[in-house]
Amino acid sequence: MNKPLRRVAIFCGLLVLALLVRVNWVQFVQADELKNDKHNRRVAIERYSIPRGNIIVGDKAVTGSTTTDSGDFKYKRTYKDGPMWAPVTGYASQAFDANQLEKLYDPILTGTDDKLFFSRTVDMFTGEKQQGGDVVTTLNAKAQKAAYDGLKGKKGAVAAINPETGAILALSSAPSYDPSSFAGMSDDDSKAYNGLLKANNADDPMLNRALRQTYPPGSTFKVVTAAAALENGLYTDIDAKTNSPLPYYLPDTAHQPLNNEGNIPCKDASLREALRVSCNSVFGKISADLGNDKMIKEANEFGFNKEHFTPVRADASVYPKDNRPQNAMAGIGQASNRATPLQMAMVASAVANGGTLMKPYMVDKLVAPNLNVLQQTQPEKLSEPLKPENAQKLQDMMETVVKTGTGQTAQIPGVTVGGKTGTAQHGEDNKDNPYAWFISYAKTDKGTPVAVAVVIEGSDTLRGDIAGGKLAAPVAKAVMEAVLDGNK
Amino acid sequence: MSSTSNTTTIGTIGAPSRRNTELALLVFAVIIPVFAYINVGLAKEDTVPAGVLGYALGLGLLAGVAHLVVRKWAPYADPLMLPVATLLNGLGLVFIWRLDQEPQITTPQLGGAMAPGQLMWSTLGVALFLGVLIFLKDHRVLQRYTYISMVAALVLLILPVFFPARFGARIWITIPGVGSLQPGEFAKIIIAIFFAGYLMVKRDALALASRRFMGLYLPRGRDLGPILVIWALSLMILVFETDLGTSLLFFGLFVIMLYVATERTSWIVFGLLLSGGGAVAVATFEHHVKTRVDNWLHPLQLLNGGVTETAQAMYSFGSGGILGSGLGQGYSRLIGGIAPKSDYILATVGEEIGLAGLMAILLLYGLLIERGIRTALAARDPFGKLLAVGLSGAFALQVFVVAGGVTGLIPLTGMTMPFLAQGGSSVIANWALVAILLRISDTARRPAPAPAPSTDAEMTQVVRP
Repeated sequence: MNKPLRRVAIFCGLLVLALLVRVNWVQFVQADELKNDKHNRRVAIERYSIPRGNIIVGDKAVTGSTTTDSGDFKYKRTYKDGPMWAPVTGYASQAFDANQLEKLYDPILTGTDDKLFFSRTVDMFTGEKQQGGDVVTTLNAKAQKAAYDGLKGKKGAVAAINPETGAILALSSAPSYDPSSFAGMSDDDSKAYNGLLKANNADDPMLNRALRQTYPPGSTFKVVTAAAALENGLYTDIDAKTNSPLPYYLPDTAHQPLNNEGNIPCKDASLREALRVSCNSVFGKISADLGNDKMIKEANEFGFNKEHFTPVRADASVYPKDNRPQNAMAGIGQASNRATPLQMAMVASAVANGGTLMKPYMVDKLVAPNLNVLQQTQPEKLSEPLKPENAQKLQDMMETVVKTGTGQTAQIPGVTVGGKTGTAQHGEDNKDNPYAWFISYAKTDKGTPVAVAVVIEGSDTLRGDIAGGKLAAPVAKAVMEAVLDGNK
Repeated sequence: MSSTSNTTTIGTIGAPSRRNTELALLVFAVIIPVFAYINVGLAKEDTVPAGVLGYALGLGLLAGVAHLVVRKWAPYADPLMLPVATLLNGLGLVFIWRLDQEPQITTPQLGGAMAPGQLMWSTLGVALFLGVLIFLKDHRVLQRYTYISMVAALVLLILPVFFPARFGARIWITIPGVGSLQPGEFAKIIIAIFFAGYLMVKRDALALASRRFMGLYLPRGRDLGPILVIWALSLMILVFETDLGTSLLFFGLFVIMLYVATERTSWIVFGLLLSGGGAVAVATFEHHVKTRVDNWLHPLQLLNGGVTETAQAMYSFGSGGILGSGLGQGYSRLIGGIAPKSDYILATVGEEIGLAGLMAILLLYGLLIERGIRTALAARDPFGKLLAVGLSGAFALQVFVVAGGVTGLIPLTGMTMPFLAQGGSSVIANWALVAILLRISDTARRPAPAPAPSTDAEMTQVVRP
């Protein structure tokens, strides 16, 4: 009977071996996948088992933690001025996961990041509980408040950048939401969350308009068109007459005119004058003369047609391939090209920074619980859309806009401000309320500390090109002043 | 030339009893769970748990008494089985106690804390172990009860049908005021006794009186009868008790013992065809079994928007990773209910002591099985061989079916991990199983008695060897 017994022994050995192979498969090969599965509650339990690290603006935390008694979770996220900071922080909810900085830096904030390995090891020996690190942002609290207040009761967004470094100073989106309202996991939290979803709320408050909404840029895009004209040598003197007939007919069309807003002196107007009064005919023709490829190339130099990671992702602004009449219309920001507020702030910042575009970023550094700096963001050059002399010319033009043109509402005493207004028509036959735009920068003898883009949706009463100057420029001015005040 | 009369496979005259080896291993088998116990306390409450002294003394006492009884009544028994069983039982107690520390799954509705009860059942199990060793002087006595065993096993197997289903399977009998019992655990041993007795008598008929058909030896109809009865019975268990595990266990046990008894490979083919066909047929029609198969194929699928037990167990294993979260620091309670203490206890093991710990536990089971089969090899009588391989085979199948089910290797069944999982019947029955194996191995390894010195022999021998 011993031969079959030996075979049975082998069979039983194989059974055990199969089990060993299986547990290796599950606990080694599949482990990471299972560990981080979105339905694995341990992820959330871990996230809220300690007070999360904070997101810091200036030297104050805009987030906090409070103890809860909600089931598995010991702590709950809290936010100071939640609606104001939501476009920056995102949310971290026990029931609804997290997004933006809260999600991207979750390992740092919960203290599980590899960068915190040393700190964790020390904690283990000293018997202290694991602690989360902090995320220090580049934002400017005063500028953010100015932007938030300026958008109160309206729908729109503000993005402000330091042109010299690319550091984001303000990032506001209205209407906003309070991430505290659904940080927990109770029925009230669910109700609050569901009420904010786009499906249940036409205002879509959780949309981060500054980064994730693209708008037709309207006349603010003329800055890009002017840059393309200068860079490609189409015009070199901003005060010389341009070759601009009036009325100007779109190419390849049967006398379809590109109209100006009202009766403004646009015939053969110089670049400076055309930007000052916002001539559609002049810039439409520039775009048509340069052609689609050159326009795309210049737009790309400014950061169009690609996503930006601040590190929170910003949608790609687009300047697409198109036919000649559409390309001419795109030159005045009124066709298939679309831009995020961040993108337009980048345009203004590149001009203000002597033609060099810095990579926009909103996280200055990551700090360990023991205050060691784990990672410091260094300003990084993204591209050079303008030669310095052309940047100088464009600055001149934009400053004229604010001094005597459509952007006079943005003037700040004692400060050089350059800007451009815009009013973007949209909807079928342009019958929806237009978007009021304003992009600008402020310059002092100490440098150029701020460039800003403001967009306000749905200005019912104002349809003319002045909408940008009337509605958006004061907000931009307030943001610039806030930054300048802080720099004094 | 003095050993010419020794015919055992292993022992030579003067073979060491290995009792001291057993004692040394037992010390480890007690110390490891005690450290585990302290570890849980430190992780959960930052203090050494108050009960540690009692626990250490209790486990030490059980192991010590068991060792002394083995030393006295089964001195040549296998030295490894008792320490392995003690270690597994001790760790099982620690894991159950550890899960008792989770208030969410230790509510009165769920039966409250279960470690004290399990400790009591373990004590009873060890008592039964001692009883078997003391009163069962020779395992061949069991051969007398072949047909009584058959009746007893049938009754135990059929009984749960008359009791309400729990957790979707009818494998319990509930005695009001006492608690519930899983008769399948005891039936496992009793049916092995019946098979061993029956096959020892019938093996020649089954092996030799057969017709050759397509290269296979087919048994005669009258010999086939009892086998088909067993097959039908196991399928009935599957249908009426909706329990795949028990069904698989009994049929597998039978095929193994049949193969060992007859040495005919055709029985294996025959058995696999029968069990495979039956399982597929039932799985297609039985809703309960079908659900489990679906769960097995798609372990992470949500059920009505919720995470299933199967998925939770997989998350436990995955989150444990290679080294585990540490005792007392896992979240296997998310599986919910009493499942983490019973069917899913391996998930807790996997999460808290990791792949390393889980492999160690599985190897301990492998060791126990291997020692059992070794006992079968060493046994001198066919009944002992068959019984030992039957018991070890049943144990192996149970371990495979449970561990395979929990880790998602095969569809889940409703059996418990021997020694480790919460459950009185299981721990008592498995201690008895180990006791019988020890008794057989003691008989097998005991040196043959020296031939009685005969004064006549010397004189009558003409030529001296």
